[in-house]
Amino acid sequence: MSADRVTMLIDVSKCIGCRACQVACKQWNQLKAEETQFSGTYQNPPALSGNTWTLVRFNEVEGKSPNKTTEWLFRKDQCHHCGEATCEQVCPTGAIQRTDKGVVFINQSICAGCKYCVETCPFQTPHPDHETGTARKCWMCLDRLQHGMEPACATACPTDTVRFGTRVEMLDLARSRLAELKKENPDANIYGDDDMLGGLGVMYVLPEKPSVYDLPGNPQIPHSKIYYRWAMGIIPGLAILGGIWAYLTKDES
Amino acid sequence: MTNHWIDIANADRIMIIGSNAAENHPMSFKWVTKAMENGAKLISVDPRFTRTSSKAHIYAPLRSGTDIAFIDGMINYVLQDIDANPGNYNLEYIREYTNASFLIDPGFKLPGDLDGLFSGYDPEKRSYDKGSWKYVLDANGVPQKDKTLKAKNCVFQLLKKHVERYTPEKVRKTTGTPVDVFKSVCKTYAESGQTGKAGTIMYAMGTTQHTYGTQNIRGYAILQLLLANMGVAGGGINALRGESNVQGSTDMCILFHILPGYLKTPDEKDVSIDTYSTRYYEGKNKDPKSADWWSNARKYLVSLMKAWYGDKATPENDFAFANVPKRVPGKNYSHISLFEAMSDGDIKGLFCMGQNPAVAGPNCGRERVSLHNLDWLVCADLWSTETANFWHRPADDYCNRVDPKEIKTEVFMLPAAASVEKEGSITNSGRWAQWRYAAVHAPGEAKSDLWMLDKLCLALKKRYAKMGGPQAHTVLDLTWGYGPGDEPDPHLVAKEYNGYDLKTGKLLGSFGGLQADGTTSSGNWLYCGMYTEAGNMAARRNPIDYSNIGLYPEWSWCWPVNRRIIYNRASVDMKGVPWDKEHPVITFKGAVAAGKYTSKAWLGDVPDGGWFPLANPDGSLRADAKYPFIMKPEGHARLFGMGLADGPFPEHYEPIESPLAANPMGHATMVDPAVKLWHVDKPKENFIGTSKEFPIVGTTYRVTEHWQAGAMTRNLPWLCELMPEVFVEMSEELAEEKGIKNGEKITVTSARGKMEAVAAVTRRFKPFQLNGKTVHEIGVPWHWGYEGKSCGGSANCLTPHVGDANTMIPEYKAFLCDVKKEVS
Repeated sequence: MSADRVTMLIDVSKCIGCRACQVACKQWNQLKAEETQFSGTYQNPPALSGNTWTLVRFNEVEGKSPNKTTEWLFRKDQCHHCGEATCEQVCPTGAIQRTDKGVVFINQSICAGCKYCVETCPFQTPHPDHETGTARKCWMCLDRLQHGMEPACATACPTDTVRFGTRVEMLDLARSRLAELKKENPDANIYGDDDMLGGLGVMYVLPEKPSVYDLPGNPQIPHSKIYYRWAMGIIPGLAILGGIWAYLTKDES
Repeated sequence: MTNHWIDIANADRIMIIGSNAAENHPMSFKWVTKAMENGAKLISVDPRFTRTSSKAHIYAPLRSGTDIAFIDGMINYVLQDIDANPGNYNLEYIREYTNASFLIDPGFKLPGDLDGLFSGYDPEKRSYDKGSWKYVLDANGVPQKDKTLKAKNCVFQLLKKHVERYTPEKVRKTTGTPVDVFKSVCKTYAESGQTGKAGTIMYAMGTTQHTYGTQNIRGYAILQLLLANMGVAGGGINALRGESNVQGSTDMCILFHILPGYLKTPDEKDVSIDTYSTRYYEGKNKDPKSADWWSNARKYLVSLMKAWYGDKATPENDFAFANVPKRVPGKNYSHISLFEAMSDGDIKGLFCMGQNPAVAGPNCGRERVSLHNLDWLVCADLWSTETANFWHRPADDYCNRVDPKEIKTEVFMLPAAASVEKEGSITNSGRWAQWRYAAVHAPGEAKSDLWMLDKLCLALKKRYAKMGGPQAHTVLDLTWGYGPGDEPDPHLVAKEYNGYDLKTGKLLGSFGGLQADGTTSSGNWLYCGMYTEAGNMAARRNPIDYSNIGLYPEWSWCWPVNRRIIYNRASVDMKGVPWDKEHPVITFKGAVAAGKYTSKAWLGDVPDGGWFPLANPDGSLRADAKYPFIMKPEGHARLFGMGLADGPFPEHYEPIESPLAANPMGHATMVDPAVKLWHVDKPKENFIGTSKEFPIVGTTYRVTEHWQAGAMTRNLPWLCELMPEVFVEMSEELAEEKGIKNGEKITVTSARGKMEAVAAVTRRFKPFQLNGKTVHEIGVPWHWGYEGKSCGGSANCLTPHVGDANTMIPEYKAFLCDVKKEVS
């Protein structure tokens, strides 16, 4: 991985669930609003989609202290820009690419909409968009980065929950926040350091264990799924190639 | 705010009560978060566990409408603890800067001795004769003091006696706050009383929108004064205003009871500037060490008249004071009163500029019907609102759907420019006037409010010139000229309210230069200094902080006189040395000779008056010094506040609709005795419900995703996506009792009306245990109505048409209701 890899750090202990990040993402990337309903939780839309690239997840749990018998947890979810990205490995057309700074993005002009990335991502972040026929997800506002700006969500965040910088800076910041959080939260941890999938490009500092925030404790590249997908892809792929060959040769004759 | 947004970062303790700041003022949490990174403790007091509570160290639930019991209980804790651990408190501050030591008239009686009333109550008039709510004066007319704070009739002892009834157990029975949690709050927050420590109280409409909202704030003021938190960095009483420019509009007299700069509006008894000035402002103080700043009010009023009437305001005609409309003495002209008058057919025309009472007004079903009685209605807004389309209203219990043909009201819709489409100043909660520029042109025919008012006034002038009439001169003589263009020049407006030296024609530098002889003008004395010969101070953008407490004195401009923290002379001891050496707001650095100060020099923020400190370095008192609380005639902050309608100390009363059969304080006075009740002869017209029909406490609030009455946000798809429908938050226990599941449609009813919404069943609401009785509470966001992309039931169909005893702000926060599973 390049030494100037960029990373986003999400310090959930500071998140107030205001969702400025969600709206900033939609606005900057001009993503369509979804038709939603209120289903009993503030979390809306209910899940990431081709038009919702970041989402604050709301979770009400029992508190640990008599001074606080309830906890309301907020976690911003989006593509984690894994150092070893399943989507990049599984993509048959090479549409999923990585910049030299570690941003994983889907080249929309190449994406064939095969959904392999959708089905194999350990965090379920890429989603198909029915209008474009492609898979879509957070691209870390690459156009902003190229102009020296931070991703829109990081700029909009009022509490510095979402920070953005070089990986070295973010790891340092994560470690100092962890030391603070450990004083009151023995289970506090850094999620996504270099041991996890080559280091997540979107890391968290979590006051509680990852499972409390519906995060997989030890996400893995699902190799068996990838092989299966490739195997399933070869047959129709050969058929298509055969068809093209037949068409071309017919045309020549 | 006595302080300002950035200053929150300096706090050691933060109590957010009557506010859901994380939700409604998310930017404030930039500074709350910084304070917490530096070790501050956050306390959230709220009927339900909110996004603010999620970040707090302590969450204290309390039943809506019981803040006074909670705060009086805290004051009781502090006063007991001052006895037990005096070293933990700043006793010099309490003794020297507050009226704790002042002796009160022996005829004064507390509600503990008078069945819930203070002395002087007249039940017929529902008001107090304040004859006994006064200081004992010495032969020179100066209040007598007992600096030992031991005298039975000194404020300190009276306060102690008043609040000792608010024991933690009594607080629990009233508020529902568990005793151990309440004690944690008291202990944690009282730690800010240590000399050099600071605690801030952040509050909003959860505090003010009650029949005793003003008394809630009085409670905070008393607590903050006992903890020496006023005037210091990281302290203060900080009202998080409900809109970005509410502070500015209040400063500029949007309310009926004030002229620009908080001068009182005159009533019919104020026949001249002389009677007005002496009645309210002059001769109130005999203590030479009290600055009594309001004694300057005549200068501000005369300068205001010069700004309004120019050469037509002369000493000979009492500066045209007769032109100012006068109130009927004692009559109220606030929102509720206006709609009652509209309902009675007394008001024929209404301008609604950026306001949507058909959604936002209390008992909005009744207010929608009141609009029928108008001959004409003008709505200036970005969108076509519920008010502008009031005949579209849905049928409900209060009013059946009407046939528009039966409504005679003529409605005019004026498309308005949004804030980013016009230039001018806005004043934020921290009193910072910040100049803004138009980022884009307003679309179509949309115009700025300034344009509309300019054209309206010019049209009125033209009409009066033609038609004449006995009062025509009050309009014709108005100075009016804001540039040659079609769009008025906001710089000329700003210069007018800054004010001029009329002898030289130059802009004034500060209100210190204003005169009562007609040689100066100023449209708002508090803003004198914002636009000077040196330029537009509000447009300054120097991002350098010369202090280490985030004052940023050259970023924008702050009233008064660019003072960022008001009452800041209370942040130093009597010798002018800061209590908090790490976060000094001001410091006295005058020269010293033989133990005495010999020259004046204050460093830091603009001091609240540049006089010498009260004492010299050798401890001797100075005769030429002034007390720090300069806006009170006595120069001392008031623990005992005789200015209010309903008592000098806050006493717990139940909301106008209470789930309880009796006041838990054990006396017969159930509701605030000075609250104005409408329709005394026809009480049914008040639509007040009982706990038998409506056993559940209801409250209303906002969500971060929507804005006020919703016109601006319920038309934006990205925001509707986040909060698509109106919902009702309720506890798991209540939902089980009623057979309601999370996400189901339900109906909420009150004595005023009903609404449908989606149930949000949550552990964030818990039933309250009050004196052996379980009381449920529900909450409804009030943004929705029947126009726009996202429509839904209006929570204000449920709220009562009753207001605060002092300000008449509506009771939006505590009422009775019921919920049922069925929808119509």
